[in-house]
Amino acid sequence: MVLTSVSHVEIPQDWLALVHSSLSSHENVLAVLEVDLDRRLCFTRGLLVATDERLLSWSMPEAVDVDPSRDLQGKSPRLEILPIELLARLNHLDFAGVGTLELVDSQKQIAKWRFTLANNVKAVALQTAWNRSLERYLHASIPPASSTSGALAQLAPIHAGSVQDEKVGELLGSQDLERSRSVALGEADEAPASTWGLLRLWRFAKPYKTRLLVGFLLTLASTAATLVPPYLTMPLMDNVLIPFQNGKDIELEHVAIYLLGLLTAALLAWSLGWLKTYILALVSERIGADLRTSAYDHLMKLSLEYFGGRRTGDLMTRIGGETDRICVFLSLHLLDFATDFVMIVMTAIILFTIDPYLAMVTLLPLPFIYWLIHVVRDRLRLGFEKIDRVWSELTNVLADTIPGIRVVKAFAQEGRESARFKEANKHNLAVNDRINFLWSLFSPTVTLMTEVGLLIVWAFGIWQVAKHQVTVGVLTAFLAYIGRFYTRLDSMSRIVSHTQKAAAGTKRIFEILDHVSSVPEPNDPVKVSNIEGEIKLSHASFRYGNRLVIKDLNLTIKPGEMIGLVGQSGSGKSTLVNLICRFYDLSEGKVELDGVDIRRFMLADYRTHIGLVLQEPFLFFGTIADNISYGRSGASRKEIIAAARAAHAHEFILRLPQAYDSLVGERGQGLSGGERQRISIARALLINPKILIMDEATSSVDTETEQEIQKALDNLVKGRTTIAIAHRLSTLKRADRLVVMEQGEMVEEGSHDALMAKQGAYWRLYQAQAHQAELGLPLANEKSSYDQGLI
Amino acid sequence: MSDTHVLTHHSVENGPQDFKLWSDAFGIWHLSLGDESHEHVIAVRAFPISAPKDGVSILSREGKELLWLERLTDVPSEAQHNIELCLQNREFMPEITKLDAVNSFVTPSRWSVQTTRGATELLLKGEEDIKRLSANTLIVSDAYGVQFLIKDLPSLDRQSRKFLDRFL
Repeated sequence: MVLTSVSHVEIPQDWLALVHSSLSSHENVLAVLEVDLDRRLCFTRGLLVATDERLLSWSMPEAVDVDPSRDLQGKSPRLEILPIELLARLNHLDFAGVGTLELVDSQKQIAKWRFTLANNVKAVALQTAWNRSLERYLHASIPPASSTSGALAQLAPIHAGSVQDEKVGELLGSQDLERSRSVALGEADEAPASTWGLLRLWRFAKPYKTRLLVGFLLTLASTAATLVPPYLTMPLMDNVLIPFQNGKDIELEHVAIYLLGLLTAALLAWSLGWLKTYILALVSERIGADLRTSAYDHLMKLSLEYFGGRRTGDLMTRIGGETDRICVFLSLHLLDFATDFVMIVMTAIILFTIDPYLAMVTLLPLPFIYWLIHVVRDRLRLGFEKIDRVWSELTNVLADTIPGIRVVKAFAQEGRESARFKEANKHNLAVNDRINFLWSLFSPTVTLMTEVGLLIVWAFGIWQVAKHQVTVGVLTAFLAYIGRFYTRLDSMSRIVSHTQKAAAGTKRIFEILDHVSSVPEPNDPVKVSNIEGEIKLSHASFRYGNRLVIKDLNLTIKPGEMIGLVGQSGSGKSTLVNLICRFYDLSEGKVELDGVDIRRFMLADYRTHIGLVLQEPFLFFGTIADNISYGRSGASRKEIIAAARAAHAHEFILRLPQAYDSLVGERGQGLSGGERQRISIARALLINPKILIMDEATSSVDTETEQEIQKALDNLVKGRTTIAIAHRLSTLKRADRLVVMEQGEMVEEGSHDALMAKQGAYWRLYQAQAHQAELGLPLANEKSSYDQGLI
Repeated sequence: MSDTHVLTHHSVENGPQDFKLWSDAFGIWHLSLGDESHEHVIAVRAFPISAPKDGVSILSREGKELLWLERLTDVPSEAQHNIELCLQNREFMPEITKLDAVNSFVTPSRWSVQTTRGATELLLKGEEDIKRLSANTLIVSDAYGVQFLIKDLPSLDRQSRKFLDRFL
C-alpha cells in the first residue's frame, strides 16, 4: 500500500530509505520537494514531503562547517513533523530566483522553506496538494485516508498533473525541452573556436563534391606544371652553359627543346591555374551563399526570446560579415594553402630524388617554422575572436543609434553617442594593437628563417660542389626550387591567421545554426482547421529571467468575445498577449485554442489565425500595397483596397502621390502615426484572422485620429475573438468583458458596470483617469465618449 | 476645357449610377452625382504604377472619396477620355525611356534623359534616391522632388543600362 502510493510521486534515491522509515503504513505521499537552500540562503539539502496527514521536513543542521556537497551518509538530517491538525496553509512566494514556501496558521508563521527556482514546479505542486488536503480536512467530508478509495481519490489530482507534464515533454521531445531550458538559462558555450570547427562547413560543401574534386585535381596538375621550369635549369646549366664555359659550342637544337619545355610548362601552369581558381572560387561563393541563407532561415525561425537577448548589430555582422569572411577564406586562403602544401610536398620529393643530402639540409628549417606556427596559433586565435566581438560592439553602436536617431537628437545626445562610438573604436584599436604586435613579429621571423635556410643551402652546396659530389646544375636547380619553396612556406604560415579568423567566424555562425528555438515546433503537429476561436489559459505562469511575470492565471475567452485587458504598465498585459501568440512558451500551465494545447500546432500554421495590431506599427520598406498584403502575399488589388477601406485608410492612401504604389520607408517615414496604424489594421484585416490582438493600438495617436482608428477597429473586431490592451479605458468601450491585471495576476473580471459597482482595482483606475479628465488633461474627450459608449 | 462632358456610368461600387464629370471655363473640375454636385474634384489612380488601368477614384477637395471606378475600361470611351483628362491634371510621373548622358558617376550627378514627357535634365543627389519598386521597376527622385519612373529596366537600350548600372 505504502509502496504503490509512493511510487506515483518521485522521491530522490538517496532520501528514499529515510522517507520510508518515517512514514506510517496508511500514509499517502502527495508531493515531494527537494529543498536546496537554508534559511540564510546558503546551499544545503533538505526534503519536504507532504502526505495527507502531515508535512515531513528533513533539513541539515545549519552549521558553517557542514559541506553541503557531501552526501547524506555523513550527516543525519533533522526531521520536523508538522501535522495537518495545525490547520496551517502553505503560501508560495518567489522573488529574484529564490522561491519560498511558508506554513502559516491564523496567528503566525510556523515554518519556512527556501529553494532555487529549479524546484519551483514541484513547490507549487506541493503547495496545491497540501492546501487541497487541508481544505478537505477542514470540511471533513472525507476523513483523511481512512479508506483505500479515499486515498486513491486524493492521489488522483497529483497523478493527473504528472501525466500532463509527461505529455508535454513527449510533445516537445524531452531533448528539445532540455535544450530550450538551457538556452533560456543563457548557458552559452564559451569554448574558444577550434580549427576543427571548420570541418563543420563540410555540411555545406557536400553538395559541391564533384566540383571540389575537379578543383583539387586541377590544383595538383597546375602545381606540377609550375615545378617543371626549375627542373629544366639543371640540364640547361650542366649540358649547355658549363660545357660552353669549358670551350664547347652551344647546341642550338638542345637549347630550343629546353626553352620550348619552359614555355609549355609556363602556359600549362597559367591555364590550369586559371581554371582551378575559377572553379574553386565558384564553389566557395556558393558555399558562402548557402551558409548565409541557412543562417538567416534559421534565425527567422528562432523565438522572440532569442532576439530579445541579442543585438541587431551583432546578428548583422554574423550573417553578413562572417559568412563573407568564411567565403574569402575558402576561395582564397584555403586554396592558396592547398596549392602551397602540394607544392611543398612535390618539391620535397623532387629534391630528394635529385640529391638526398642536399635535400635534407634544405628542409632543415621546416620543423622550426612548424613549431613557431604552433606557438603563435593559440594566441592569435583568441585575439581574433576578441576582434570579432569588438567589431560587433562597433556595429551595435550603429544599430542602436541609427534607428533611435530621433531620441538621440531630441535629447541632444550626439556628443554622448560619438563618445560611445569612439570608446568602442578605441577598444577595437587596443585589441588590434595587441594582436598586431604578435603578428608583426611572427612574419619577419619566418622570413629570417628562410634566409638562414638559404644560407645553409649555399654553404653546403658550395662545399658539395667543391667535393665534386654535385654538379653546378644541381645546385642551381636547388636554389631555384628553394626560392619557391620558402616563399611558399612563408605564405603558408600566414594561413594560420586566416584559418583562425575563419574558424572564429564559423563558430559564430554555427552558434546561430545550433541554437534551438525556445518555442520548439511539435514533433507530431495537429492541423489547425476550422477554428472556433475559444482561448483558454489554465494555471498559466510565465517567468522572464527570474522574475515571475504571470502568476497562475486562469482565463477562458469565448469565441467571438472581446476581452479588454486593463492594468497598470508592468502588470503583465503584453506578456499575456505574447504568450497567446506563442512568442514565448509558458513556464507552467497551458494555453489552449479550442481545447488543443497551442504547443501542438505548427507555429506558422497557428499564427496565420492571429491578427496583431501593435502600438508601434512596423512598416517594411516597400509600397503601401505590399505592406497591406504582408500577411497574405497573394492578395488581389481588390482585396487590398477592400481591407484599406475597412481600415479607413483608403482615402488618405489615395491622397499620397502614388496612392497604393507609394513607397514607405523602413519606419514608415512620411506617414503619421495614425496613418501607419490604419495600414497595420488593414494588414490584420486582410488575413481575416479568427483571433485578433490589439496591443495599445490607439495609444500613440491623438483623440481625433483615435476615433478614426476606432471606427476601423470596430470593423476589425466583428466576429472575432478579440483581446485588446489599452491604457485608456475609453478604447475598451466595446469590450464584452474586462479583465483587470495587477502584477501578473488577474484581480478582477466582469463588465464595466459590474466592476464599477465593485469599487475595486478597476474603479480606482477609472477614477484616476476621470480625475485626470477633470483637470482638463488630454483624456477629457475620451472620458465623455466613454460615457456615451457605456453608460 | 470649356466644353461640358456628360457621362453615364455602369459599374460604380459606391455612389449612384449616373455621374457627370466636367471642367468649367476656369479649368475647375466638377462632379455631379444624382442631386449632389461637387467642385474642385480630383481624380487619382489607386495603382498608378503597377496597374494604371485599374481603380480610379474621384475625391472631393477635402479628400473624401466621391466615386470609385473599379476599372477604367468599364466606362464608355467618352467618359474614359474625360477621366484621363482629369487625371492628367494632377499626374506627373515622367517615364525615363533613355539616358543620353550623365556628367559624373559620383553623385550629385546631372543626367540628360529622354522621357515620355520629353527630354529633360535631372539632378540626382544620391544613389539612395533611386528606389527599386520591383526587380525591374525603379523610381528616380531628382533633387527637386520630381519622380521619374523607369518601368522596365531590361527594355532600356544598352547605353542607358550601362549608365544606370553605375548607380545601382
